[in-house]
Amino acid sequence: MFKKSVAELAAALAAKEISSVELTQLFLDRIGQHDALNAFITVDGERALDQARAADALRGDGKAGPLTGIPLAHKDIFCTDGIRTSCGSHMLENFVAPYDATVVKKIDAAGMVTLGKTNMDEFAMGSSNETSYFGPVLNPWDPKLVSGGSSGGSAAAVAARLAPVATGTDTGGSIRQPAALCGITGLKPSYGRVSRYGMIAFASSLDQGGPMTQTAEDAALLLNAMAGFDERDSTSVNEAVPDFTAQLDQDLKGVRIGLPKEYFAEGLDAEVGAAIDKAIEEYKRLGAEMVDVSLPNSGLAVPCYYVLAPAEASSNLSRYDGVRYGHRAGEYGDLLEMYERSRSEGFGSEVKRRIMIGTYALSAGYYDAYYLKAQQLRRLIAEDFTRAFETCDVILGPTTPATAFAIGDKSSDPVAMYLSDIYTISVNLAGLPGMSVPAGFDSAGRPVGLQLIGQYFGEAQLLNVAHAYQQASDWHRRMPQGYE
Amino acid sequence: MEWETVIGLEVHAQLRTVSKIFSGAATRYGAEPNTQACAVDLALPGVLPVMNIEAARMAVKFGLAIGARLNRHSVFARKNYFYPDLPKGYQISQYELPVVAEGFLTIDMNGEEKVIGITRAHLEEDAGKSLHEDFHGMSGIDLNRAGTPLLEIVSEPDMRSPEEAVAYLKRLHELVRYLGICDGNMQEGSFRCDANVSVRPKGQEEFGTRAELKNINSFRFVEKAIRYEIERQIDVIEGGGKVVQETRLYDSAKDLTRSMRSKEEAMDYRYFPDPDLPPLVLSEEFIEQVRTTLPELPDDKRARFIEEYKLSAYDAGVLTASREMADYFEDTAKATGDAKQAANWISGDLSAFLNRDNLEIQDSPVNSAMLAGLLARIQDKTISGKIAKEVFEAMWNGEGDADAVIDKKGLKQITDSGAIEKIVDEVLAASAAQVEQYRGGKETVFGYFVGQVMKASKGKANPAQVNELLKKKLKG
Repeated sequence: MFKKSVAELAAALAAKEISSVELTQLFLDRIGQHDALNAFITVDGERALDQARAADALRGDGKAGPLTGIPLAHKDIFCTDGIRTSCGSHMLENFVAPYDATVVKKIDAAGMVTLGKTNMDEFAMGSSNETSYFGPVLNPWDPKLVSGGSSGGSAAAVAARLAPVATGTDTGGSIRQPAALCGITGLKPSYGRVSRYGMIAFASSLDQGGPMTQTAEDAALLLNAMAGFDERDSTSVNEAVPDFTAQLDQDLKGVRIGLPKEYFAEGLDAEVGAAIDKAIEEYKRLGAEMVDVSLPNSGLAVPCYYVLAPAEASSNLSRYDGVRYGHRAGEYGDLLEMYERSRSEGFGSEVKRRIMIGTYALSAGYYDAYYLKAQQLRRLIAEDFTRAFETCDVILGPTTPATAFAIGDKSSDPVAMYLSDIYTISVNLAGLPGMSVPAGFDSAGRPVGLQLIGQYFGEAQLLNVAHAYQQASDWHRRMPQGYE
Repeated sequence: MEWETVIGLEVHAQLRTVSKIFSGAATRYGAEPNTQACAVDLALPGVLPVMNIEAARMAVKFGLAIGARLNRHSVFARKNYFYPDLPKGYQISQYELPVVAEGFLTIDMNGEEKVIGITRAHLEEDAGKSLHEDFHGMSGIDLNRAGTPLLEIVSEPDMRSPEEAVAYLKRLHELVRYLGICDGNMQEGSFRCDANVSVRPKGQEEFGTRAELKNINSFRFVEKAIRYEIERQIDVIEGGGKVVQETRLYDSAKDLTRSMRSKEEAMDYRYFPDPDLPPLVLSEEFIEQVRTTLPELPDDKRARFIEEYKLSAYDAGVLTASREMADYFEDTAKATGDAKQAANWISGDLSAFLNRDNLEIQDSPVNSAMLAGLLARIQDKTISGKIAKEVFEAMWNGEGDADAVIDKKGLKQITDSGAIEKIVDEVLAASAAQVEQYRGGKETVFGYFVGQVMKASKGKANPAQVNELLKKKLKG
């Protein structure tokens, strides 16, 4: 039962093959058994079972929706009323929000059951989950490998089937990169599609929540529940939300898939490249047309991002000052020392690094050269995509330049770590929807992720293209050994 | 050497919105600490600001009233600094593109008009308050005020004396209250002022080095602080020193300014556009809609009062000092049909009582209908102007409207000619000597007879009838 997708579980619940309480207990048990993965920071079984009972009662009353009673895990960046929200940080180790994030509210309203909160890089800053105060998440395919990050806990949980589905957030690749490294499906929606209210901010102009699932169909189902305008988030877009499952089965004949030459150039691991090439062949068989496109400013994405994201973060994280909530140093002489000690103790080194980079970039005398210049680059990068989409409908490439690396391998080399997001970052800068879908394995048995990039608010077509591939392949059905 | 002073003012006016600029919490003053601070005001993790369009409406209203250029596209920026009463660690303000751009205000200096430029007015949020007493070596934080909308109004350095600065500040104060966008309460901090002051040798083009004066939150302190600062700067220069650019705090108890921080210690606020808020876009429809809500502005009202009610410039000035005062006057004048009489009473007796009891016109125990009722009784000769003063005081003290007071106190004027004649006869009979004098040509004695009759009637006899009867009888 635990191997089933959300769509299949929904059918099983509807057919009364299993109750939500049983299903919830099943996943709670699995979370307990596979504690060593360190995928969860907080699990609240009692609360989950209460929700499951309520869901079963709803079903008994004939009021069940498509997601009623399905368990899920939330990345520990979404505020949940009554369950601690740590954001992977010592700073918020004991923080319990007095309110629910809009995404949490919507998912609760859909009748889903929250199993717990998943591990993540501290304040979503990292690509390996090693910056978490609660320790790294292990990759279910090989415990020596990183899960990717920052939504590493959600990716590992879904890959190991500790939860059928999970939420994640993506600022520069934090849904897609761990999805690729753990062999699952992840979707970062267009900026503005999903409310950011109650989602702890890293870089406000780039952050976006999205589903992390086994299949594209599940991603469509979960996105249906997550998406929509929120009057509490001024950057959410007031546009009608389509039924993302409606277009899933459309034929790919005539669909133009753009292949950006910059994504297949130097730096791409040969085995990853080979897996992507095979996927391209599959798409051709499905009737899609391949088009060569160019994103000439891709090379500027990483430096641009590492000015803008830290700049915003340096300001967003100022509220963690030890005054109202969060960690406060035990001893201090005066106000300044209270700030300095609380923040020095509460934040890990990667967070501090980014706060310092961001503060520097915004400082008088440097603002024009860094922040303003990066904003100009951002526009150029976005224009690259606009031009590319003149000749294609969807863009295809690898999600990451290589498969999962070993824990500890890159943790002392921030630049090498930053480069693992080289193909994902520009999508955030342009505000576009992007997905990672499983596309095979390298010779060491590590999953390869295929990235699909859609047009602004074009999630439905993106999901259609991903779903068609999953109908013709079974990579997304493979499970890591030891979790079957 | 002769010195010239250059002054520019920065005013923070709290906007009278019901809720805060970026959250739904109430803005009411004086509530229990932290009872009007919601998750957004507390800057809990994950919360986001949402612009309260009412604040924009008020800013636009102000912009239209000062003939300003409005930026159709203005941007919210973050001003970053750490302070315990600044929950987010940044203040949301406007930096490069404020909602209100260049405008002006006209002041009147002893009958001469002077135009003071307004550089800009921008929207921002207020911070909370740090409380340093009663916490035993610790500080308390009250975030009720955090997120209250402010309009920061920055003038050009166009003022040349403390008097001009105060005149400008009063005009601005009057205007924001007229517009209904700020209650103007300086004690509660709804209307706060900082002053940039410098001096230069008369005739010199370029400005001297300026000091920014803070904590000058009354018209009187503005004048005194600037006056002190001018003298201090001149002393420094004449003593061979140099004025340094700095922020100085005014100490009203000692009447002096003292250095708070120098330019070198000035903070780097690292302004950048707030990614949580889209630009504030003003459509032409929005602006035009706001324009229709503009009340008659003080200058226009003054001109109209002079023209329509034939008031002197002085009276028009007094009666338009606030919108409430002007409304009070017009209501009274319309009810009685005698604007001059209404003007005299309002700028005379009523203003004296208001000043005595330190009340605003809207808190007057005698409202415009009551005053009109009183004036009507003068007009229809029920009472004399002198008795009316007595009735007014009774009304002020809560003894009811004019008719009730007149009735209760028996102040009704005696107009019965028979009754008056009787008193006149008695007076004349008792004043044989004076009658003799009068008839002998000493007409000044006439006043004596009037006085005696009024005294005998306890002031209630109709003076005109008294005059007439006296003349008739004395002739005979």
